Formats: sequence, C-alpha cells, structure tokens
Amino acid sequence: MNAAAPPLALLAELTHRCPLRCPYCSNPLELERASGELDTDAWVRVFGEAADMGVLQVHFSGGEPTVRKDLERLVAACGALGLYTNLITSGVLLDEGRIAALAGAGLEHVQLSFQDSEEAGGDRIGGYKGGHAKKVEVARLVRKAGLALTLNMVVHRQNLHNLPAMIELAVGLDAHRVEIAHVQYYGWGLKNRAALIPTRAQLDEATAVVEAARQRLKGVLVFDYVVPDYYARRPKSCMGGWGRNFLNVMPSGRVLPCHAAETIPGLRFDSVSDRPLQQIWETSDAFQRFRGTGWMPEPCRSCDRREIDWGGCRCQAFAITGDAARTDPACELSSDHQRIVELAQTESDRAPPAFVYRGLGAGAARTEPALSEDAVPGAGRS
Amino acid sequence: MNAGVAIDEGSVPRFQPHMKLRFDKKRERWTILAPERLFLPDEIALEILRRCDGVATIGAIVDALAGKFDAPRDVIMDDVKKLVQDFAEKGVLYTKER
Repeated sequence: MNAAAPPLALLAELTHRCPLRCPYCSNPLELERASGELDTDAWVRVFGEAADMGVLQVHFSGGEPTVRKDLERLVAACGALGLYTNLITSGVLLDEGRIAALAGAGLEHVQLSFQDSEEAGGDRIGGYKGGHAKKVEVARLVRKAGLALTLNMVVHRQNLHNLPAMIELAVGLDAHRVEIAHVQYYGWGLKNRAALIPTRAQLDEATAVVEAARQRLKGVLVFDYVVPDYYARRPKSCMGGWGRNFLNVMPSGRVLPCHAAETIPGLRFDSVSDRPLQQIWETSDAFQRFRGTGWMPEPCRSCDRREIDWGGCRCQAFAITGDAARTDPACELSSDHQRIVELAQTESDRAPPAFVYRGLGAGAARTEPALSEDAVPGAGRS
Repeated sequence: MNAGVAIDEGSVPRFQPHMKLRFDKKRERWTILAPERLFLPDEIALEILRRCDGVATIGAIVDALAGKFDAPRDVIMDDVKKLVQDFAEKGVLYTKER
C-alpha cells in the first residue's frame, strides 16, 4: 500500500528572500535565512538525483528565485539532465540581460505573478511600490525573448472585482496561459484569511467569468482555475496525493511532500544534505506518514473517491481541526465540514481586516489599512 | 503566436516551443511536458503528434497514416483534425496556413 512510485515533479524553493510581501505567500511563517541556503553544487547534485529517480519537471521557485545569482547555472544543469525547467517569479528583479541569459541557459517556461490588473491594487497587495509596472515590462521582455509565458493571478476578495481585466491583461501581454488561483489558506494565507476570503456569491461570479473567458479564448489562452475549497463539496486532490507525484526541496535542503507540510507538528523531515533524495522519498517519516490510503480514517477509508482525492489536504485538516489525520473538512462527508462553511461565511461577510504582510518574524510584519474608500496605497503602519 | 484553432487540410500543426514531447525512460512511455502538467498520448495520438513537425500539412499527415494503417482516408482525416484541434485548445499545438 505504501510503495512509492517515483515522483514526477520537484519544486525547488531556492530561497525565501523576496522583495514582495504578499499577504498570502505560500512560504512558511518562519522564513529561512540566506545563510542557510544550499549552494550551487548541492542543488546540481539534487537535480541529478531527481532525474535518476524519474523526476521530469523542475519548478524554480522561492521566495524570489532570481535573487540567486546561480539561477542560470541551475537551469542549464537541469536542461543537461533532460529535466523540463519552469521559472516561477515575481519578475521585479529581472531585466532584458538576465532574461536573455536564462533563455540561453535553456529555460523552457516562465510563470510571472501579478497581484492585480492595475498598479494601485497590485502594488498595495504585493507590498512593493512600482512592482506592477515592472511586471508589465518584464512580461513583454519575456515574450520578446521567445519564452513561453503563464501569468499567475492569485485572486481573493480584494481583487476579484478586477478579474475580467486580469484576463484581458494576460491576452494583451501575449501570454500562453493564465493561472487564476483563489488563495489557499495555509501559512500567511491562513493568517490573512479574513482579509482574503471571498463570499460565496463572489466565488460563483468569478467562476462564471472564468468559464465564459475559457470558451471565448479557446486556442488563444489556456486557463488553469483553482477554487477555494472552503466552498467545495469534495476536497481537492492535494498535490495529487501525499508523496505520490511531487516533492518540495526547501532553501536549506529539507524535503517536504508539499510546501505547507511543516505546519503539521510531529512530522520529521530529512535533508538532502544528510540522505539521498530517493531514500528520503521512499522511506522518510514525513513522506510515509500520509502516503497511500492506509492512514485514512472513515469516511475516507471506505469512500469510492479515496484514490481520486487521496483524502484531500492534510495541512488543511490540521489547520481547521488540529489533527492532520482527520478527513479534510472541505469534504461535506466530514463531521467538521460545517465549521469550515461557517468560517467562510462569517469572515467573508465582515469588513476585511488589515493585511499582515509577509516578512521576517511574523509578529513584526507591517500591516496596512484594508481596502476602503480612503485607503492610501503604500502607506504602511505597524 | 497564439493562432486560432480553425483546422483544415492545408493547416500545418506544430508544437508550441514550450511543449516537449520526450521519452520517459524510467516509465518507458512518451510524455508531453507542459508547464505544471503533462499529457500521456495514446498510441494513435502519438502516431499523429510525431508527425506534427511544422512542415507536414494535415493532408500529408493523413496520407502517411492512411498508407501505414490501411484505413479509409476520410475516417483518418476526422481523427487527425479532431486530435489537432483538441491539442491546439490545450495549448500544445498551433497551426499555420501554408
């Protein structure tokens, strides 16, 4: 039951350093410092081990992966191993020369994040003045370099009114694909949930907008759409199943089944500095704990969807119930489901609180007035 | 770039540059690698996709397959058009008129 087929994809979190401060950042609340990051040789060795295991794709992420001066070398190393290379970036540190160098190294695809369709909202949500304009420029440069482009749009109650404009932005910037992802509530997103979670009506309208645009733009723009599962009837197949397809290597080299797995207490994570990647994948405590179906409680254990959604999300089960081994509360068969529905309804009906921006030391992060008539973009207060 | 999806006999299908048809040695199967996803073409799809080289027209691909599989040309034409259309909508292929 717990036999591990080889993984398909590796997310390389090269660094947690990032100039942006998005309040839904998927990095942990406790960010890793630059001094603890794996060096170039260590990453190259990890990619070699990954390719040997059967990994096909590497996603360079962070933090902001372009902070790393050795990114071109890492991209080229992956290319030489036959790995598909994808850069997930905020774009704000890129210029024409760096983009050319990355293209020259063999980079195959760029995912560029936008925080909104326009400057005021984008700069306020990302917590970085001038960010939006820079991203627009970088999108053009990426396409000019002949690289394929996906725009990543994270959506929530404070930017959903601009969803049609976000889609138009993607078309206007000649993107091949747009990923419209509602915030998922872990780490920073969980901390800011009340400021981010849409109402049911907002979600339904967004879904209708995406479906209409998907039909209208067939052959022009590919859509990926991720819904907030607080409003779902069945849980998402999180990561395609724990320890089934995917592994995540942190800046320091710890290997996780998903980027949020460290929020679950009591799991032991091994590092690529101590053990070979394959051994970690096959035998480490963190990967074995929720792999397959053997760990499942009822109603998952006898559910005919147990090998479709793999029990949903362990981090969410922990975040809502305090027990990572419970059924994902997003499932309406869960005895905790009513709690998640009530949380979503209560929080989305209230005025949004101020953002807690991402930063070193979660308690010290700066906040800013929430969306309102008199909110001043960029005017932070602590 | 990002051409529409109207397909006819003279259309020339080709892979988007970021879509990579590669043989997965570990799992012994052909795979189309795409951003954050992969496609696993079946044998028939593979016969068609491997001929989408940016030179061959739909008509030429159909002729080649009709020769190889001894099936009626119009049946193969339908299959090829449908598959190319489908993969164009998924952003894997695009077509250019000759």
